[in-house]
Amino acid sequence: MTGIIDYGCGNLFSLKSSLRRLGENVRLIARKEDLAACDRMILPGVGAFGNAARILKQCGMDDAIIEWSRKGMPLLGICLGMQLLFDKSYEFGEYNGLSLLHGEVAPLSAEAAVVAANLKIPHIGWNSLRFPSKSKLFRNVGEEEYVYFVHSYHAKHCNENLLATVTYGEEICAAAGKGNVFGTQFHPEKSGDTGMRILEAFLEI
Amino acid sequence: MLAKRIIPCLDVKDGRVVKGKNFQNISDVDDPVALAKYYSENGADELVFYDITASREQRALFCEILKNLAQNVFIPLTVGGGINSLSDFDRVLKCGADKVSVNSGAIASPSLIREASELYGSQCVVLSIDVKRVNGIFTVFSHGGSVDTGMDAVAWAKFGAENGAGEIVLNSIDTDGVRSGFDLELLNAVTGAVNVPVVASGGAGAIEDFIRLFTLTDADAGLGASVFHFNQFGIAQLKRALKDHGIEVRI
Repeated sequence: MTGIIDYGCGNLFSLKSSLRRLGENVRLIARKEDLAACDRMILPGVGAFGNAARILKQCGMDDAIIEWSRKGMPLLGICLGMQLLFDKSYEFGEYNGLSLLHGEVAPLSAEAAVVAANLKIPHIGWNSLRFPSKSKLFRNVGEEEYVYFVHSYHAKHCNENLLATVTYGEEICAAAGKGNVFGTQFHPEKSGDTGMRILEAFLEI
Repeated sequence: MLAKRIIPCLDVKDGRVVKGKNFQNISDVDDPVALAKYYSENGADELVFYDITASREQRALFCEILKNLAQNVFIPLTVGGGINSLSDFDRVLKCGADKVSVNSGAIASPSLIREASELYGSQCVVLSIDVKRVNGIFTVFSHGGSVDTGMDAVAWAKFGAENGAGEIVLNSIDTDGVRSGFDLELLNAVTGAVNVPVVASGGAGAIEDFIRLFTLTDADAGLGASVFHFNQFGIAQLKRALKDHGIEVRI
């Protein structure tokens, strides 16, 4: 069974539906005690980093997630959920993340390449993936397949954990991972057939 | 590379798609879920649903359809029509919408744009603007294009983007339904003024119109209704033509 962390940050409807479509049992997890029944965990999220990090802390979910990953259990962060896995973020201030992946989250609007090319913020739409390293998560996906992005911040200085990149002015992080901890900046649950193959691979980890 | 998006738009009334016809390969073209699945399996990058019903009962039915859609279609869904308050945002987001398109509701209460983007994030707030030239000036119309607000469309788009709208949909009343091409002049005026993605709507009649849209303007997406519903050309066929012209698309 897959537990989706339900902490009030984001629309879980599509994620839940896409996993059920793959035949997976899904439970929304609002209390950390309920994680005991799960084999894998997804940390979703939209909105601001600081607020999300604060809510996770308030419900004790931050320590539960760290403990979970320490045991080697599969964890997937999506969008803001991926960003929360890093060390820190500079979204509206400076906030600490869960430090399960090394790197930090910064605004796209501050990147010289984004400014120089006068690119729009947020980065919205379908963009193609490249894989600097092999990963279990992308074993069913080819280079240049498209997935759906919508974000204004991105993870940087994360080369050691980088699994996939996408070009937006320059190569930026599309996915990162270490051991059984994974994060995607894009939304697999909104990325059609390609996204389904990524979720399916996660369910097999 | 970021791909240009092709977005079919479905008007839903009394639980059925209005003006959908002429498909041979799906049995019920007026069923929103069947049509949405067909489009998503045939190259649509996103779908827009407009609730063009008025009564409360029909609105509840629309929500049921939306839930059904979100369980069956795994590409982004934008929902518009009758969005006047934060509780309207909440209602459609809970049924599985990814983005909410606001038009007359934002004209009546401009602070709705900022309130919604602070609560749900900019990525989920789409400002839809109906525009018509009045004495040569791009002017905002409300209530389905029936009321001249006297507002300058470029200034309104700029206000929306600065207040948290993550995307602008520009619907040209002058070109809508004429099928003689998108309103390139309007699109250039707005894309030059805002730094958020802009979706072109109104006027698509031929593949050539989309090629012109993406080569002559900085628009990010093209929206079409009847051109797709009447199966004038398929989305896959359109995308191949765009690719042949060096335009980045998801195939």
